[in-house]
Amino acid sequence: MEIEGWELAGSGIHIIDVMEGQKIEELKLASQRAIPDPDDWLEAEVRRNVLLTTVDYAVNWARSRSIFPLMFGLACCAFEMIAAAASRFDIARFGMDIFRWSPRQADLMIVAGTITWKMAPAVKLIYEQMAEPKWVIAMGACAISGGTFRESYSVVPGLNRIVPVDVYVPGCPPRPEGLIYGIRLIHQKIMSESIKKR
Amino acid sequence: MTISLDCERVAKRLSQEFPGSVLAVEKPAIVLEIERLREVAEFLKTSPEFELDYLANLTAVDYLDYFEVVYHLVSLTHNHGLMLKVRCYERTKPMVPSVVDVWRAADFQEREVYDLMGIVFKGHPNLKRLFLWEGFEGHPLRKDYL
Repeated sequence: MEIEGWELAGSGIHIIDVMEGQKIEELKLASQRAIPDPDDWLEAEVRRNVLLTTVDYAVNWARSRSIFPLMFGLACCAFEMIAAAASRFDIARFGMDIFRWSPRQADLMIVAGTITWKMAPAVKLIYEQMAEPKWVIAMGACAISGGTFRESYSVVPGLNRIVPVDVYVPGCPPRPEGLIYGIRLIHQKIMSESIKKR
Repeated sequence: MTISLDCERVAKRLSQEFPGSVLAVEKPAIVLEIERLREVAEFLKTSPEFELDYLANLTAVDYLDYFEVVYHLVSLTHNHGLMLKVRCYERTKPMVPSVVDVWRAADFQEREVYDLMGIVFKGHPNLKRLFLWEGFEGHPLRKDYL
């Protein structure tokens, strides 16, 4: 098929190709201009240090990654708790570096073991001495429900009769992995909280 | 290892010193007359041949017919031991003389027995409950509890 004037005189180059080339060159030239920065109006110093998020998220993130548990064991479950803190299981990985001796410095009470009625006032006192915000884990069958000793004259049939409990970790005793899973659930619970409610 | 004293021989010696104080010899223990317990205890602790100066354990057993209080004694100088028993047939308010002023170790042990068995130790300076709380009803290690 023959179209008149499709060729630049005598050069063998098509006009349509020339036009395409010109368009591409134009686009290329236009893209050389820098895209305007939306933070342009900020000072350089400020721009490096600002991160936007919600207050709840920031506070919860800080809280859940820096829980200090209370050093407090009532019976054999305490040894699994100690094992969880030692090098093999190492709950320092979750920001729980130190077990605090003082309830004033602790955020998490891990009630590990059988609670007798004679011990109950001490457990409640320690819970009340802890500063808000605070969380409680009932570790093992005895702390959850009294376990084997439920019918006994001297054993509290469940920690929730004395203090409110956040997470129950079943087992007799639970392995350190179980306790760590319970701690992860506490983290999830903290992340879902709001500073307005507490 | 602590050597157990021959209780036949000790019983003979005690009968010499305190006639009528030994009720029976039930190996490896000597059963004493309850009224004579204190003077025998004093003698066993102070006499140079026995010198049983260390009360290793004090406990009680409920046989339903009677209560039995058991004393495990050890001599730290001679390295020998002896077991004493006394029996109390009273059930509503059993009374046994206290040995706190002979062996101080008896203090908490007698309180524990009082707490769980309900045996009253006459002459104990501070006889109150040890493991259970004030106001608890009954003595749970008795066979007829619950």
